[in-house]
Amino acid sequence: MNDQEIIDLINTTLANEFELNIDDMVPGAVLKDDLGLDSLDRVDMVIVLEKAFSFKIREEEAIREIHTLGDIHNFVIHKKQEME
Amino acid sequence: MKRVAITGIGIVSCLGTDVKTVETSLRLGKSGIVYDKKREEIGFRSPLTGAINGFEPENFLSKKQRKTMPDFAVQAYAASMEAIVMSGLGPENIQNDKTGLIFGCDSSCIAAVEQVDLLRRHGESKSIGSGFVFRSMTSTITMNLNTLFKTKGACWTISSACSSGGHAVGQAADLIALGKQERVICGGAQEINWESMCSFDALSAFSTRFEKPETASRPFDKGRDGLIPGGGAAAIVLESMDGAIQRGARILGEIKAYAFSSDGLNISVPSQDGIQRAMTWALKLADMKPVDIDYVCAHATSTPLGDSVEAQSISHVFGSKTPYVSSLKSMTGHELWMSGASQVVYTTIMAQEGFIAPNINFEEPDEYSADLNIVRETINKPPRTAMCNAAGFGGTNSCIILRFNT
Repeated sequence: MNDQEIIDLINTTLANEFELNIDDMVPGAVLKDDLGLDSLDRVDMVIVLEKAFSFKIREEEAIREIHTLGDIHNFVIHKKQEME
Repeated sequence: MKRVAITGIGIVSCLGTDVKTVETSLRLGKSGIVYDKKREEIGFRSPLTGAINGFEPENFLSKKQRKTMPDFAVQAYAASMEAIVMSGLGPENIQNDKTGLIFGCDSSCIAAVEQVDLLRRHGESKSIGSGFVFRSMTSTITMNLNTLFKTKGACWTISSACSSGGHAVGQAADLIALGKQERVICGGAQEINWESMCSFDALSAFSTRFEKPETASRPFDKGRDGLIPGGGAAAIVLESMDGAIQRGARILGEIKAYAFSSDGLNISVPSQDGIQRAMTWALKLADMKPVDIDYVCAHATSTPLGDSVEAQSISHVFGSKTPYVSSLKSMTGHELWMSGASQVVYTTIMAQEGFIAPNINFEEPDEYSADLNIVRETINKPPRTAMCNAAGFGGTNSCIILRFNT
């Protein structure tokens, strides 16, 4: 899975889970302000990402530093590289 | 004490998912009871249940909004929206500390079951996700509606078994009468799923007339053999009469009195005088005589003992010439936590549309129901006044008296 495929999967996964417009899924989108994802949604975001990428991420410090969709893209790409 | 007006009603039940459809079902005496194969397969003694058809939660709220809501809370939202629209109140009228929410509900079983299933399946609590803690609380209806409607006054749920809805409407009326709230969106809701009903089925309290499910619920009939669970959601907008008149609202009816009692006797067997004491007190609070009541919307659930006790109570209160009596549970089944509130909605529909719905399947009276003026066929005359009874496990009873401008 290349980086773009990872980004696409993240975007469609989150768009489906939270009924978001795929056109709004840009790297600069702030999760809370632009995509309307609150602290409860972040709990469910971790679950759907874990399911989509078959990894465990909840306990990782880096998760707490995520503010934008681009942060998620980078986090997951990095995580996938670690796993390979 | 302020007078309390009904200015809006809404309903989702096995008789329909809006007031208009439910009106037609009530008028025609149409049953909403079905045979559920799933319950048979899973080992129920009685697979009979009320069934809601055509209600699509996604038509009312987004996935994110529904995440914290079980189906019956979404149904409570839909019923409340119907009631609010009917009342003519806008967001600017209800987003204040004089507007409250009180619903009756005594379980949120399916959410509790599903969250435990998830934990057992995945072996870690995080797999449960964020919504279940809110879905599994008994107060899930009012906590969710409060965030959706943005009301800022009373916000709580009353749990008193099968009189929950009756007490919720009654307490809402009392808060307005006392001047503590100007308006309250109130009602009751009940989940329809086998998970929430299996332990009730274990009591052998449900009817086993499987051949014709629509004839199984037969309150007051000599051949009754048990109740059938139903559910959905009922909502009522109550306002101070003065405020409703001032804003030019259409007044559908008035809550004349709310009274309550408890048995202090047995966990499952009703006392001989519990509901009767509530009825008598309600008449006193309403400053009405028994002869002033046109119609009793009975609690009777089609159980041998419960119906018998209520029949005797009605006779004691009203004497040999009782008002018209019908139990709408003959069509809906027992809507449990919702029933005390749905009776207020159904009765208001009948008053508005000019009829009294029948107690279907009443073919032969027993020694006590023989003394009641039970409505066998639809009467094309509206009730001007009505008494709505509700009773719950543990012996908790409510009685609401309604008056209509007909």
